[in-house]
Amino acid sequence: MNDWPTAQEVVQEEAATTDQPLARKPLVLNRRNFSWITERISGVIEQPAPRWWWVCFTITGTIAMFGLFCLGYQISTGVGTWGLNHPVGWAWDITNFVFWIGIGHAGTLISAILYLLRQKWRTSINRSAEAMTLFAVMCAAIFPGVHVGRVWMAWYLAPIPNAFGVWPNFRSPLMWDVFAVSTYFTVSVLFWYTGLIPDLATLRDRATTKIKKFLFGVFACGWRGSNRNWRHYEMAYLLLAGLSTPLVLSVHSVVSFDFATSVLPTWHTTIFPPYFVAGAIFGGFAMVLTLLIPARAIFKLEDIITPQHIDKMAKIILLTGSFVTYAYAMEFFVAWYSGNAYERFAFWNRIFGPYWWYWWVGMLFCNILSPQLFWFRWCRRNILVVYFVCMCVNAGMWFERFIIIVGGLHRDFIPSSWGIFIPTWVDIWTFIGTLGIFTSLFLLFIRFLPMIAMSEVKIVLPEADAHAHSPNGNHSVAADGMERI
Amino acid sequence: MRTPSGHEVYAMGAEYSSASALYEAAKMVRDAGFKRWDVFSPFPIHGMDAAMGLGKSWLSAVVLSGGITGLLTAVLVEFGPSWGLYPLIVHGKPYDWRTVPAFFPIMFEMTVLFSAFAAFFAVLIMNGLPRPHHPIFNWERFKRATNDGFFLVIEARDPRFTELEAREILERSGGEHITIVHED
Repeated sequence: MNDWPTAQEVVQEEAATTDQPLARKPLVLNRRNFSWITERISGVIEQPAPRWWWVCFTITGTIAMFGLFCLGYQISTGVGTWGLNHPVGWAWDITNFVFWIGIGHAGTLISAILYLLRQKWRTSINRSAEAMTLFAVMCAAIFPGVHVGRVWMAWYLAPIPNAFGVWPNFRSPLMWDVFAVSTYFTVSVLFWYTGLIPDLATLRDRATTKIKKFLFGVFACGWRGSNRNWRHYEMAYLLLAGLSTPLVLSVHSVVSFDFATSVLPTWHTTIFPPYFVAGAIFGGFAMVLTLLIPARAIFKLEDIITPQHIDKMAKIILLTGSFVTYAYAMEFFVAWYSGNAYERFAFWNRIFGPYWWYWWVGMLFCNILSPQLFWFRWCRRNILVVYFVCMCVNAGMWFERFIIIVGGLHRDFIPSSWGIFIPTWVDIWTFIGTLGIFTSLFLLFIRFLPMIAMSEVKIVLPEADAHAHSPNGNHSVAADGMERI
Repeated sequence: MRTPSGHEVYAMGAEYSSASALYEAAKMVRDAGFKRWDVFSPFPIHGMDAAMGLGKSWLSAVVLSGGITGLLTAVLVEFGPSWGLYPLIVHGKPYDWRTVPAFFPIMFEMTVLFSAFAAFFAVLIMNGLPRPHHPIFNWERFKRATNDGFFLVIEARDPRFTELEAREILERSGGEHITIVHED
């Protein structure tokens, strides 16, 4: 009777004889080892700056300087230098703010939410995506700061006891915004720096000059890679990911409250928080790919940021793009179904009003139609198609925010108070300037810090698994490097 | 303990060929009853905490208290002005307990902010960092611990530490480049 094999034995027998059961594609291609990863990623910053870097940095730096000049001009002269007037009191400034904050969200999604979901492929892209988050939030913070007019009064936003005995209104969504964005930036910096410490230690141990050794030594905090340290480190990393996850969802929800708590048609809707969060991740992933596709080619990182990674990011763009499309459709449906004349007019005006082409090009073509290409594997694997869609989404998400903000403001309840918004050169160049600031900061980042988290990529190599030999003698890593589940 | 050349001994260390070799060695050293020892690797090795006989990190408790502090700070900062210092009537809305839902976003943000600071400072303080100098850095090979090296180090302060016994277990567990690391 005992001669019969148990169910477990049968399964084990079959698993051992089947050729690569449920094999997963390796995350790092060509069987690269630990030291190759260290060499390749550290090499990027240890080599002298290539000529293209100086050319790019000169161009983006010049644009950034011009953006700063526009900010200086706007602050010294007044908000009248922008095209704002009655009834459009928020236009490019707040559009840019929401646009930049949204871009930041993809970085936190990759670093925190994908970490909690055990998506190991995130390790190749999380460092640069987090850096992108920080730079995007810096660009975002400029606009609400200066649009109030008197920047030197910005400290009124802080809840500090002052001589006048005046306190801010904590019930205002604009105040929530101050707390949400500043918390978001601070927590993102802490998370990013915590992740950097082991890699800074790697650079410290490879440093060739005294000054590099000193600087990397200071910022690595004397990290030694001890397991007693890793134990606390991993817990801290997990908790920071767990904290960042609700935080990132809250930030764009709070940004959407700025609009949703008002009374304007198209603004006063309950769909805004999830709609904004989905749009933020949608636009942010497009920006991550916009930055990483050239970077992986230039620095020959194709073995670490593989076609599989691009494929997965494209799928996320398709998914979040579908959320956004659904939200757009719902807005129109509710406008019709509510029977509210103002709401119906506002959406009619969105498609056929003075800003009609913003909707047809920005929302319909860029945000709704272009990501549909990602249903096809061929498109997700073709770098040029991916890049084209990402550029469409980058532009489309800016248009979407403009349509929401200016579209809502320029024609509200009474036709006598209608108006139109025309940007001035200061509007335009302040925005282009922030693009310069963003790219300059990113170029500095890839010059001076490891753009890929070395210590994290090493974990996804098959040989990092201490349990490579399973008890039944079945090697969990197949000879060709395919990882088994 | 001193070496014949007069150096104070910090520890004895060995290098292992792979993460799994280090994992097996850690289990042997744990079972041999050593207390003051550590393993070093370029990345956290899954299951190493159990192999070393370490429990779950209690850093989460620090973060929880950080979060509670943040929440209480927000409560104080919001209710203090609203209920005493500077009652603000906006849109004719109440400023007593009925206004509490409008305080939730800032309570949430402050909770997250303080928790994140607690996590960041706790991981540094609990690990004894920043510590720019450490005797282990006297070992030339140890540079590879942040690249592709796997090390096990038994400190001389360990009550069970004798040169013979430490060398024996490091050799038996497959360690290479067994070295005495100096304190200075």
